[in-house]
Amino acid sequence: MHPAPSVIVFTVLSGLGFGLLSFLGLGLPQVTGWEAFFYFALAFALAVGGLVASTFHLGNPQRALKAFTQWKTSWLSREAWLSSLALVAMGLYAFAAVFLDISAGLLGWLGAALSVATVVATSMIYAQLMTVPRWNHWLTPLHLLTLSLAGGAILAQQSAVALALLVVAGIVQILHWVLGDRRFEERGHTIESATGLGDIGAARLFEPPHTGTNYLLKEMVHVVGRKHAQKLRVIAFVFMIVLPIAVLILLPQGIVSAALAILCYLIGTFASRWLFFAEAEHVVGLYYGARSAQAVAG
Amino acid sequence: MTQLPETSEKKLGLVIDLDTCVGCHACVTACKGWNTENYGAPLSDMDAYGSNPSGTFLNRVHSYEVEPRAGGCSQTVHFPKSCLHCDDAPCVTVCPTGASYKRQEDGIVLVEEDACIGCGLCAWACPYGARELDLAAGVMKKCTLCVDRIYNENLPEEDRIPACVRTCPAGARHFGDLGDPSSEVSMLVAERGGFDLMPEQGTQPTNKYLPPRPKDQLPDMDVLSPALEPVAGEPKGFLKWLDKALEAI
Ligand code: SF4
Ligand code: SF4
Ligand code: SF4
Repeated sequence: MHPAPSVIVFTVLSGLGFGLLSFLGLGLPQVTGWEAFFYFALAFALAVGGLVASTFHLGNPQRALKAFTQWKTSWLSREAWLSSLALVAMGLYAFAAVFLDISAGLLGWLGAALSVATVVATSMIYAQLMTVPRWNHWLTPLHLLTLSLAGGAILAQQSAVALALLVVAGIVQILHWVLGDRRFEERGHTIESATGLGDIGAARLFEPPHTGTNYLLKEMVHVVGRKHAQKLRVIAFVFMIVLPIAVLILLPQGIVSAALAILCYLIGTFASRWLFFAEAEHVVGLYYGARSAQAVAG
Repeated sequence: MTQLPETSEKKLGLVIDLDTCVGCHACVTACKGWNTENYGAPLSDMDAYGSNPSGTFLNRVHSYEVEPRAGGCSQTVHFPKSCLHCDDAPCVTVCPTGASYKRQEDGIVLVEEDACIGCGLCAWACPYGARELDLAAGVMKKCTLCVDRIYNENLPEEDRIPACVRTCPAGARHFGDLGDPSSEVSMLVAERGGFDLMPEQGTQPTNKYLPPRPKDQLPDMDVLSPALEPVAGEPKGFLKWLDKALEAI
């Protein structure tokens, strides 16, 4: 799949923002007044900034409100609802904490639950797609959720929780890579099943339907070199998991260590998210001989 | 509404004969022509006269080469592909706005362009590459099964079929009700062993494909040998006498 910058920025930043909101809602840390103001400003900037970035890839963003109508079937619509509800709940909670010095427990719990649900809904947009075998697995929501909560815990300066979440997120990330590498074959999608010509024999693309490119190729048939991908995986894992863990263990807890850890986390997560899209193969590539071309390229 | 109808009794769709398709792309052009002038936003082209032209099409023809497992020479198969109007259409249920829908009355899958935000998720959900986002209009385009022809009483009767079917010079595209087992298209599918594309995706496509027939096989022989074989083993008549006379010398 095409690793569109708008979608990468959206999923990373809003994931982090909702991760932080989840912790703030739970009262971790319990903040009021100016301190609360800064925490909430950061969380809202990330969550809303990400959501705004996500509208950049729409063909007709002026009709975005229509996306609230189909929550019964569509995860994208559910995401619209859950993110709005989470922002409203946490907005009220933040108002109470900043201006009235109250921390409204129940509202915070609700906001935290909605924030977690938002991240799950976002990841289900990808996980539901049978057409992208690498994503179509329960590990995908777990992957995006553990990462977003780990980042949130770093920002909320909950070192112990952050360490535990980083370890889990690291394990899930490796599983997502390793198992994901095999899933396309496991599902049995081949050029023969795509064309139905398998009964006759082995098929290969003789001529593509168009000499230039098109929307399908740009959007869904993105091929990354394997060696390239392996290097990026190492970089992603070191920055996203290893370095933040090292920072949190070695440096005393505080703003500096949180800032340093989150910087590493962001670099690593952007790399991981780029791979999340770039390595995901859509079955439509079979019609264009994508898998056979890749096999030849090694 | 992006909830799928429980059943659509009528299942209008296409049957594509891979045996007769000659790969002329006439259906591609006819489809582009009709759908640029009629239903919804025109099918735009980008950089049409430049060095890197691309454009929106609702029907495209791939060509494949198949090597028969049973031996014999390879077959070239031209392979037209447009929306299959799936019964269990994943492109419909993922749509957040309700722009994508499947009609209860005839099973046609359509996009209500005024409601489409151009998020592209439906194109991701379709296994077949049947949906393309129009880059000029920012809305999703897909085969309409020529819904503005097949019910159009302003057209002469013979034109009330999809443009691609009407134009195909080889008769490789058939249109009809695949929900009715006694329809011509259903009988064709039964007779020729019509199949679904990527059945493992569980989309239950309405459109069916008819397999290419196996090619004729040449009997195993040396094409030059009949000309080189001796006409007769033993000479007779005059030749026999000549043979003997020459031997005696
Ligand atoms: S072929 Fe693709 S676009 Fe058409 S109904 Fe099936 S899934 Fe939807
Ligand atoms: S591109 Fe349009 S039709 Fe497709 S899912 Fe998005 S809003 Fe629905
Ligand atoms: S039925 Fe109409 S819209 Fe669909 S491929 Fe044929 S010409 Fe194009």
